[in-house]
Amino acid sequence: MAASESRIRVKRTEGFIQVEFVDRNILDEGNIRSISDEIAALIDAEPKPKMIISFANVEHLSSAALGALITLNNKIRARTGQLRLSNINPQIFEVFAITRLNTILQIHPTNEDAAKSFV
Amino acid sequence: MAASHGQHDRALITVVNDPAAIERAEDRVVEALTRFNYPRASVFAVRLSLHEAMSNGFRHGHRSLPEGTPISVQFDATDDTVEIIVEDQGPGFDPNAIPDPTLEENLERGSGRGLLLIRAYMTSAEYNSKGNRLQMTYRRPPGA
Repeated sequence: MAASESRIRVKRTEGFIQVEFVDRNILDEGNIRSISDEIAALIDAEPKPKMIISFANVEHLSSAALGALITLNNKIRARTGQLRLSNINPQIFEVFAITRLNTILQIHPTNEDAAKSFV
Repeated sequence: MAASHGQHDRALITVVNDPAAIERAEDRVVEALTRFNYPRASVFAVRLSLHEAMSNGFRHGHRSLPEGTPISVQFDATDDTVEIIVEDQGPGFDPNAIPDPTLEENLERGSGRGLLLIRAYMTSAEYNSKGNRLQMTYRRPPGA
């Protein structure tokens, strides 16, 4: 059986992993599960993962996606790694603000800002 | 073609728990909002609320029901208001029993944010007494 097509693009740069979504809509729960599994595998492969998840292409995001981000953030923290989110448009940012997840997830305007924030 | 004042765009859609069927229902409602020239922020708000309402219906309402059991989505869009009713066939639930996901102690919970988003984005959102039928209203923002 052919492997299903990846829903993320991954770039490795000087000590951190950059993840970008292929889809504009991160809504469907099955899709979110496979994206989450892919990102979890990237985290598992690093001793102390530093990761930027960019929302550059994302126009819609569901509460299921927020739940997945919390799980991934906890997974990274458990390995003393760091997760940063970037390129979140104002509409999507509002979803983070309403749910107050902007208080527990580190959000930066650009990938460059996110990269500079790693300690 | 753009719809004018006084016109309605109504439909009753039966939706099964399948990504394509869910997306078709969302697209149909988005199409209605587009016909009435609602702004992008309104389309975002209504689409997200509808998605969360259908997800709640399938994930919670239909948890113990056969896989193909459909929910119904009924909408009535006009130039200034969009009414949406999402009804599942489950036993219902008490929306007041959902913990507030914005409280510090609940921030890291993996779920329970759907209704919060619906209430934030829609003008009103009320469940029937059984808790299996959500009636949501969106009013066009002044000047939009």
